[in-house]
Amino acid sequence: MTGVAWPAIVAIGVGTLLLRASFLYLYERIDLPPRGERALELVPAAVLSALVVPSLLAPEGAVTVVGNDRLVAGVAALVVAWTTENIFATLAVGFVVLLGLQYLV
Amino acid sequence: MSGRDSFLAGVRAIAPVLLGAAPFGLVAGAAAVEAELTVAQALGLSTVVFAGASQLAAIDLLGRDAPFVVVVGTALVINARLVMYSASIAPYLGRLSRARKALVAYLLTDQAYALSVTRFRREGASVWYYFGAAVPLWVVFVAATAVGAVGGAQLPPSLPLGFAVPLVFLAVLTPAVTDNASVTAAVVGGGVAVAGAALPLNLGLLGGALAGVAAGLLVDEAGDDSGGSGKPGDRDGGETA
Repeated sequence: MTGVAWPAIVAIGVGTLLLRASFLYLYERIDLPPRGERALELVPAAVLSALVVPSLLAPEGAVTVVGNDRLVAGVAALVVAWTTENIFATLAVGFVVLLGLQYLV
Repeated sequence: MSGRDSFLAGVRAIAPVLLGAAPFGLVAGAAAVEAELTVAQALGLSTVVFAGASQLAAIDLLGRDAPFVVVVGTALVINARLVMYSASIAPYLGRLSRARKALVAYLLTDQAYALSVTRFRREGASVWYYFGAAVPLWVVFVAATAVGAVGGAQLPPSLPLGFAVPLVFLAVLTPAVTDNASVTAAVVGGGVAVAGAALPLNLGLLGGALAGVAAGLLVDEAGDDSGGSGKPGDRDGGETA
């Protein structure tokens, strides 16, 4: 097993670097149509939501609403994020609500 | 803003995320050693690959004596989302030297991407802000891997430090949602990602992101035809990646 480990680590590392580098180098060489540019503008909203929503709505892998402390804390944090757009305030409220639910309720 | 100020702004923004990266690094180190990889191989994964989710998958497969092609293929599919991040920040970083682009690429993560793309949209591109966010994350993740590989991951399980990461994503998500198309992208992206949360290979995330972008483009086109009367948030589900 350890015989495969180093070659696998190097291959994953090289492959991952190529994935990361891809458009950083290709972008100026290709002529992206306006629709492509617009698609890139929409990536942050789509990706960030795809990262956040499952970790709040399905923290253990299955969708859970009742008794899901992370969902409640996340919704409270979302309200703060929306109104303040402040990372620290969002974190503070999210953690206070989560810890409050875990230890006090 | 000077390069130094931008770098420090990036450091400040990433600081809370480090709370979540440290336990992740501990787990990456401890899991590698538990799967009978060496400490050097655990550190090799975190420095050569530097992409936690794919590392955990590779460790699991190596521990079960999976074939080389399966290990590498699985890890690369999990990391396919990085192509989207690369494309998304590329328009801001066109003028960098090749060497700096290589460093940007090497350090590209969910977290560095999320913070930087939001900042670039608001205040213009700054590679120093990106490095300010990305470098501390690398240092903490690699150091935590070393600690986890040598000492094992012993954290109080009730302390939810990892929750810092989705909270930061939440804080940078809201400024990214500015119009009907981006609301749709977020709603569809999140909805599809939840529907696919149980899928292997992080495919829920990849599928959600692609479906979200596609749905946002459709709203744009509908808006162009009808004078922009599309109602936000009412197209959940439906799209396929």
